[in-house]
Amino acid sequence: MAERSFKAEVEDLRLGAGETFTGEGILAITKALLENGVGYVGGYQGAPISHLMDVLADAEELLAELGVRYEANANEAAAAAMLAASVHYPIRGAVTFKGSVGVNVASDALANLASSGVNGGALIIVGEDYGEGSSIMQERSHAFAMKSQFWLLDPRPNLPCITKAVKDGFELSEASNTPVMLMVRIRSCHVTGSFTTRDNKRPALSVREALSNPQSDFARVVLPPMSFAHEQDKVRNRWPAAERFILDHKLNEMFGPEKAPLGIILQGGMYNGVIRALQRLGLADLFGNTQVPLYVLNVTYPLVSSEFHAFCQGKDHILVVEEGQPEFIEQQLSTFLYRQGSSLRLHGKDIFPMAGEYTGQVMLDSIAAFLKQAAPEMLPALVRAPNEDKPRIPDLTKTVPIRPPGFCTGCPERPIFAAMKLVQKETGKLQITADIGCHLFGSLPPFEVGGATMGYGLGPAANAAFDGGGERRPVSIIGDGGFWHNGLSSSFTNMAFNKSDGVAVIVDNYYSAATGGQDIMSSRADNPTKATKHPISKALRGIGIDWVREVDRTYDVGHMRDVLREALTTDTPGPKVIVASSECMLNKQRREKPLAQQAIREGRRVEAPRFGVDEDICTGDHACIRLSGCPSLSLKRLDDPLRDDPVASIDQSCVGCGNCGEVADAAVLCPSFYRADVVHNPTPWEKRLATWRGRIIGWLQARRAAKRLSFEVPA
Amino acid sequence: MTLHEGFTPRPDAALGGIIKLAILAVGGQGGGVLTGWIEAVARANGYAAQATSVAGVSQRTGATVYYVEMAPMPADGAMPVFSLQPAAGDVDIMVTAEMMEAGRSIIRGFVTPDRTTLITSTHRALAVSEKMVPGDGIADSDEVMAAAAIAARRFIAADFDRLAIANGSVISASLLGALAGSGALPFGRDAYEAAIRAGGKGIEGSLRAFAAGFEAAQAPQQQDEPAAPPKAPVAKGPAALLAQWHRLQSRVAALPAPVAELALPGLQKVVGFQNLAYGETYLARLDAVLAQDDPALGHALTREAAKYIANAMAYDDVIRVADLKTRGSRSARIAREMGLRDQNVLQLTEFFHPRAEEIAGLLPARLGARVQADPKWMSRLTRWFDKGRRLRSDSLTAFVTLYLIGGLRFWRPRTLRHAQEVAHLDRWLALALGYRATDYALAVEVIRCRRLVKGYSDTHARGLSKFDRVIDAIALVAGRDDAADWARRLREAALRDEEGKALDGAIQTIRSFA
Repeated sequence: MAERSFKAEVEDLRLGAGETFTGEGILAITKALLENGVGYVGGYQGAPISHLMDVLADAEELLAELGVRYEANANEAAAAAMLAASVHYPIRGAVTFKGSVGVNVASDALANLASSGVNGGALIIVGEDYGEGSSIMQERSHAFAMKSQFWLLDPRPNLPCITKAVKDGFELSEASNTPVMLMVRIRSCHVTGSFTTRDNKRPALSVREALSNPQSDFARVVLPPMSFAHEQDKVRNRWPAAERFILDHKLNEMFGPEKAPLGIILQGGMYNGVIRALQRLGLADLFGNTQVPLYVLNVTYPLVSSEFHAFCQGKDHILVVEEGQPEFIEQQLSTFLYRQGSSLRLHGKDIFPMAGEYTGQVMLDSIAAFLKQAAPEMLPALVRAPNEDKPRIPDLTKTVPIRPPGFCTGCPERPIFAAMKLVQKETGKLQITADIGCHLFGSLPPFEVGGATMGYGLGPAANAAFDGGGERRPVSIIGDGGFWHNGLSSSFTNMAFNKSDGVAVIVDNYYSAATGGQDIMSSRADNPTKATKHPISKALRGIGIDWVREVDRTYDVGHMRDVLREALTTDTPGPKVIVASSECMLNKQRREKPLAQQAIREGRRVEAPRFGVDEDICTGDHACIRLSGCPSLSLKRLDDPLRDDPVASIDQSCVGCGNCGEVADAAVLCPSFYRADVVHNPTPWEKRLATWRGRIIGWLQARRAAKRLSFEVPA
Repeated sequence: MTLHEGFTPRPDAALGGIIKLAILAVGGQGGGVLTGWIEAVARANGYAAQATSVAGVSQRTGATVYYVEMAPMPADGAMPVFSLQPAAGDVDIMVTAEMMEAGRSIIRGFVTPDRTTLITSTHRALAVSEKMVPGDGIADSDEVMAAAAIAARRFIAADFDRLAIANGSVISASLLGALAGSGALPFGRDAYEAAIRAGGKGIEGSLRAFAAGFEAAQAPQQQDEPAAPPKAPVAKGPAALLAQWHRLQSRVAALPAPVAELALPGLQKVVGFQNLAYGETYLARLDAVLAQDDPALGHALTREAAKYIANAMAYDDVIRVADLKTRGSRSARIAREMGLRDQNVLQLTEFFHPRAEEIAGLLPARLGARVQADPKWMSRLTRWFDKGRRLRSDSLTAFVTLYLIGGLRFWRPRTLRHAQEVAHLDRWLALALGYRATDYALAVEVIRCRRLVKGYSDTHARGLSKFDRVIDAIALVAGRDDAADWARRLREAALRDEEGKALDGAIQTIRSFA
């Protein structure tokens, strides 16, 4: 079960010819795949294309009707390998994953696919996660297209252009027998808009039909001497075919006046940002009518020199708008100019920053700087000589705290890291590597557990240098998502085979939680189309790891700490693996909250737990928060003039996970926490017992109150 | 609300009617829902609209920007080219769902005096970095309010989170109300309400919160009224005790006003902790300080002593905890906070983890001291008592156990813990008063250092050790003109982090010159 249901949106995928689709970019891409007769789709979830996978999962019924095969691939490499179906068969296939992580994982399959060449259109949809809000390392997918020789589309970020790019991509792929990568940036994935739909199209040949008539051709196999022939074929035939297709179908676009002394060349994805900068400089109107010529590269690889030279005709200055580094496009265009002996001035990274996102400010500043050099007379007076009297706005950078993402309220991973922090208080700082996933938030305050992440499924492998052991054992952390993605082979067989002395903690929250709660092999949910409920521990035993401890309630911080301590101190040789399991609270609440509310309405007995703090007992040291960081555990200032520091306070969003009480116990903190279970629809006996107890307790309380002085704020 | 009309807006001539709206929210606040509503309102009213966000992992409590642009749809159906991200100096309406996010939007340059209407909720969702400080690490909202008043063309601020909760909804609904009420968008109230109704989930609550937000944005002056001063606690109890209490209270009233202001709550605290006689001891200690104080300096020394002597005398022992946990007022408070209704039953679980030290502390002073010095006995006590205990204080057994421990107040003065606390208190007061003759300000600062002693078990031990280290370091600077200033800096450093890294740094600095 994914975090977000797209059942409602799936209906939009049935829209027919001439109707209007309104929604998010990622949904529009899904619709475009169906309109273009795709035969099979697959991929691996991850921002920003998780929704694409979730929509496909929710649309399985529709896909079945159309004869389209959908796979939720084990990882990006598996997804890319699936495109092998398009090598021999004239079937269109599409896979999706996030860039650049996914491209890195998939590069082996992508390289082989590109070498073999394709018969049916093969489309790799990459959600490029670069710049603000990105959760991964910053680099470009562009390099992969260049080194493996497949084509790269980077369409203008609006729904009509993105959906057209899906169609163009398939056709370009087929025309040049080359896989095509369609890159959509994170904001274009989530951008909303409309486009006119066409009817969905069944694939001309379905994968089922193809299976009845298998084909093979050893000329397509990546083995010498065929691989040498592929290398020549790429350059001699596929590339020129691609250039022809790009020119004939005008995949790249030109805007603005034909004659001008200057022009801007930009990646399609940069178009709206460039137009906005020109709008702000008074050089474009609301609808993008620009006074500066634009050459928009909806295909950023390969670059077509004839088209480029035609654009440069009569111009003295050209600006290349290319986000990220290295500046591949700018270098290629420079080569084009040099080879032609051109004297045209080419600008790019000399004006734009080499690294980082091209934000609105960067775009405005850089394009203004370019125009100042190339055609200052085009700029409004205000830009040429700004003399506006701006008020001095106080500097708040020291006041406003940073707010990185963290564990959700009630997250079952929080107590694991509380336990690790407690263990490190006993052992001293440990060598810890982490993986990719929600658990990586453990490396942030207040836990600061984990010092490296080498890639998905590679947490324990990243500790391999320390596998031989030492005074204290190395510890690695990996999520269940990472375990099934790549971890079982790359990390755990590596540990087992090399007789590692290390400790690995597998954080099992029943889902691929960080990417939106998709099911995986060890998920505990029933899934009609996927095989779930395969325990991680069984896989570990299967590869010969016998020291496996399963913790089935991570919230038991004391137990968690004891198991960690045991793993760090046991005499048993070989890898020590802890599988720490509790359900992702976000998904659990989404599932159970409506059920509980319904049960209360129907008069069934329901216990609703929540934690509280006795503020008189809390001394305001906040040790509990340093072992939690829970959003619902916050601070409050008291009206008491004798108190200096704010005390702990738990708000209504508490889900009663238990971490607060457990750390107070395990770390011997303070007795101010209590758990209150409100019993809805109690049994008659329970109610009688409570009344009877209440009377006695009330009598005792009144008795003591009558003999002493107390000071209370009148309510 | 402040209306900042110092700058005339400069509409973009070529950009007829475009409106740029950004929302800065904390993950989980419904920023996506709010964005969806705004888009729907715009489209339903003949506008072309585009929204984007970078949700990703930021859903997990991080700060997230949502961005909407809209413009009147031209007759020929041409589509405007909208930007996919807000740019500094180019935002017409900035909605922030939390006070520090308003600050962040100002830092990022999204709020400018020539164009931006800033609508913010004034409530705080504290960041981890603010919460984990052992002292008070909460960022200053007033600074952000002051900056907002300068940075925004129009500034609308209210606690939209409270308004939403009071109406059984979430902040996205009250903020939509505020946006509608601000009139910053050219759409009528009905249009917004229609969008909420079309959304289909929790409609009634959303509409109520919308209405509350709408009104708050239109008449925010009510929001600006200062909160009523906190009510003072009132004495309750048997008449005989009350009569004695009034006598003590009149002694407090006779103290210099700045002292009395803190001595009354101080006296209440110690009497509530133990009894009236203990209150007399408190006043006697206070009198001793007062006798050495200087009226010309506003009795600062005694005023601080009134506060910290009370805190030191009402230390956190097992008896106090058990007493507080078994009071009737507590049961009532919890029932109120948990929203308990008649037909519900409440189960209460308390989390205790007593250690050998706490048990030894309950023994008579001499015996306790011997036990504490004897590792054998301490390990025995550890074996017997040192484990986590979950007490169901709604059950009779657990309640009565706590009730009996809470009733040990008569026994308290004889305990080891009491003796230890008294000794510590006397040493600290004597030390502070020792500085009094030569450096009044330093004496005041030493009194204030008592703030460092707090918590239970390890936390308490850490507090004591920080207190000792600060006191030792103060001895190094005593006699210097800036000694008091250093004492303050040392104390503040000690409250900055758990391990005392900042304090180490401050002590290093002192050692470099002292």
